[in-house]
Amino acid sequence: MDLAAYLPVALMFILGVVFAAAAMLISWRIAPNNPSPEKLAPYECGIVPLQEPVERFPVKFYLVAMLFVIFDVEIIFLFAWAVRMDEFGWAGIASVGLFMLLLIETLGYVWKRGALDWNVASRARYRRVVAPEPEIEEAA
Amino acid sequence: MEDFIVAAVKTVIAFALLFTVVLLLVWIERRIVAFMQNRLGPTRAGPLGILQTLADGMKLLFKESMTPDRVEVWLYLAAPIMALVPAVLIFLVVPIGAPITIGGTEYTLQVTDLNVGVLYVLAMSSMAVYAIALAGWSSGSKYPLLGSVRSAAQMISYEAAMGLALVPVIMFNGTTSLAGIVEAQGATYFGFLPAWNIVLLPSFVVFVIAMFAETNRAPFDLVEAEQEIVGGFHTEYSGFRFALFFLAEYINLFNMSALTVVFFLGGWQGPVFGPTVLQWILPVIYFFAKTFAIVFLFIWVRGTLPRMRYDQLMGFGWKRLIPVSLAWIILAMIAVGIRRFGLPWA
Amino acid sequence: MSDEYRAMMHRSEVAVSVELQTQDMTLNIGPQHPSTHGVLRLVAQVDGERITSVEPVIGYMHRGYEKLAEVRSYAQMTALVNRIDWVSGFASEVPFIVAVEKLMGIEAPERAQWIRLILTELFRISSHMVFTSSYPLELGATTPLFHVLRERERVLELIEGMTGGRFHPNFNRVGGIKPAAGGGKTQKKVSMDIPEGWLDATRATMERVMLSTHQSDTLVTGNELFKARTVGVGVIPGDKAVEYGLSGPNLRASGVAYDLRKHEYHLPYDQVDFDVISAPGGDCYDRYWVRLQEIRESVKIVLQAIDKIPDGPLRAKAPRVLKVPKGQIYVRGENPKGEFGYYLISEGGQKPYRLKIRSTSFSNLSILPWVLKGALVPDLVAVMGSLDFVLGDVDR
Repeated sequence: MDLAAYLPVALMFILGVVFAAAAMLISWRIAPNNPSPEKLAPYECGIVPLQEPVERFPVKFYLVAMLFVIFDVEIIFLFAWAVRMDEFGWAGIASVGLFMLLLIETLGYVWKRGALDWNVASRARYRRVVAPEPEIEEAA
Repeated sequence: MEDFIVAAVKTVIAFALLFTVVLLLVWIERRIVAFMQNRLGPTRAGPLGILQTLADGMKLLFKESMTPDRVEVWLYLAAPIMALVPAVLIFLVVPIGAPITIGGTEYTLQVTDLNVGVLYVLAMSSMAVYAIALAGWSSGSKYPLLGSVRSAAQMISYEAAMGLALVPVIMFNGTTSLAGIVEAQGATYFGFLPAWNIVLLPSFVVFVIAMFAETNRAPFDLVEAEQEIVGGFHTEYSGFRFALFFLAEYINLFNMSALTVVFFLGGWQGPVFGPTVLQWILPVIYFFAKTFAIVFLFIWVRGTLPRMRYDQLMGFGWKRLIPVSLAWIILAMIAVGIRRFGLPWA
Repeated sequence: MSDEYRAMMHRSEVAVSVELQTQDMTLNIGPQHPSTHGVLRLVAQVDGERITSVEPVIGYMHRGYEKLAEVRSYAQMTALVNRIDWVSGFASEVPFIVAVEKLMGIEAPERAQWIRLILTELFRISSHMVFTSSYPLELGATTPLFHVLRERERVLELIEGMTGGRFHPNFNRVGGIKPAAGGGKTQKKVSMDIPEGWLDATRATMERVMLSTHQSDTLVTGNELFKARTVGVGVIPGDKAVEYGLSGPNLRASGVAYDLRKHEYHLPYDQVDFDVISAPGGDCYDRYWVRLQEIRESVKIVLQAIDKIPDGPLRAKAPRVLKVPKGQIYVRGENPKGEFGYYLISEGGQKPYRLKIRSTSFSNLSILPWVLKGALVPDLVAVMGSLDFVLGDVDR
């Protein structure tokens, strides 16, 4: 593997970090600095915030991250195949097609399950699943 | 050693070029949007106001950078750097012109031609989300927090759509190197139609839409929706720290436009004629002309459309773009298969 | 397997739902926020992006007009009342003056009444244009603002040409309209008449306003994203709208075609032909659409009024020092934002005993907690904008 091709990446990384850090440092040296309690308060439309921002954010947002992982990994597989697709011929297309169908099914499942409905209150969603409680208790 | 010098020189030139282009870009955007809105835009700094961005940058450099009480200081300070670095890194793999030969040595007008160029681009553009998510979270304030969770969900959703849109391109051109993709688009259909990947129209459309979301531009600028969450993740940033986010955003805008050109509009390909020097310059001109056409599209959309709502944006990404890309990949797969290997039963 | 499986699923779902409960976040929206139209503060409980409850906190702009009225003479009051709702100053001047006139038994001459009508409609156009320009801005589209405000400027120029003031005309006097500067001796005051060429200028401007509404139609009304943001958002059914005392375009957008211009005739609205615009949906889109159509209706009214305006005196005889006899009266008019009324109690003398101002925006705002329950944060902006309130009008 030709690592030399990555040399500019390293150089640019250093250049970028140095530029950004230097700019912030210079700005810090030459700009005025007159902090006051009001100025340093977190912005909340002029009201003194009584509560810290919550530590936990609704799970909905993390669900997206998980879905993303599924699809992004899929893309990596597809890339690897797409580059060399000539070597595999129809057999390759068939297997990738099968793989794609499975993913479409996954998407369909997630969709049906309501993970892609963003305009639904997260708690209401859970209540919908939990609703037939007595019957299930008997079954258990 | 010579390789190192060439690499270093190219990197520095790329860095300088990127910043020059961005300074111009901000000015161009402000002027065009102004004309769309019956205004003039900046006209004072330099001829036609062309130095306005520089003036703004200098002003921000001299502005007080506040560090509010409740921030997580190190992450808060690292976030602007994390925004800028991936943005400048993406540009490294963009070929801006045909290779030129001086004294028997061939120089590519591309800083580095990574053989995994497409993956590198996707990886770097996902890095941008860290900066925004961390900036919002480390600010210790509510509006930035809302902005950062929005951005995390939005950017990664469209990242998936964007990656899927690129699969047919790679199938077509058989390489993930950006130089290779441009090279492959140099052919012609029927001897005169340029064989640009724009023929993969659904991919192009999905890519462009995803690009809007990736760069947080209108109509997908929910991350910084001023009317809702007052600037979102950069609410608590002031002075040059804010300027770094701003720079990163515009660098990304340019990068994404350039990538669209590389992937779908033939990169620097175009009719080349005349003396050698002209043959060097023309591809560069073609590249920038195409790129700025895409930039104009960005600006035009910004001047026209209202912002989407969060749930609509996510629904659009997951329920429209991704299924469309999946279906299109299957179609393209079969079409390419028939062209290259004949009918499966034959 | 299915029962056992379901039970297992159920247990895991419960566990998940308990474990992943997130606490609500209290979010202060305003007073210093780009889209609260000034200094409204909303204390919202948000669960992620969803608003579980919202409570408006008002009073940041309280200027005590009702109390001020008790220490001011009637003549001084017109300058105050047109600052309540500053986007449509003249329209709130008229009911007050009419209230005083009615208590004193004076009636303004016909020409003055027609001028009042024209100016009211011009202010309605101007106010609705502020809405049609700023509402897309709240949804993130910046361009309509500039295009619409540019045409509104011409309407303001007209108003300035007539009254000398763009926002606060202070043009009404008891018994007629404002005296001209240097109008001779005080006993024989000459009122300001329509300036030369003004009527033609109005005709031309009305054409531009119509063009501007057409521009709004092409740029905003049919825009898919604009529709996605507004259709079905913030739905207020007709009965709720009535219960909360909504009025004006907000009420008419909920399917209740009620317009005070068709019921209260202290201005000669009965002699002009216009439609009451209403829409059945009650959502943000309908509220936008109703206002856009009302601009067109107002243009229609202005054009008719220009043709119908009679000659004659501009001011009825009124005493130099206004002394209003004992009595009380409620006069209301159709402000661009809805019903605007004054309850005036006079104990005789030069000052009102009590003036209660029924300001439109205050009542229109009161529905916010109901309509925003369960909405998303971006919808909050859309709904708030669509109710088109002015904070000066809320707090008085």
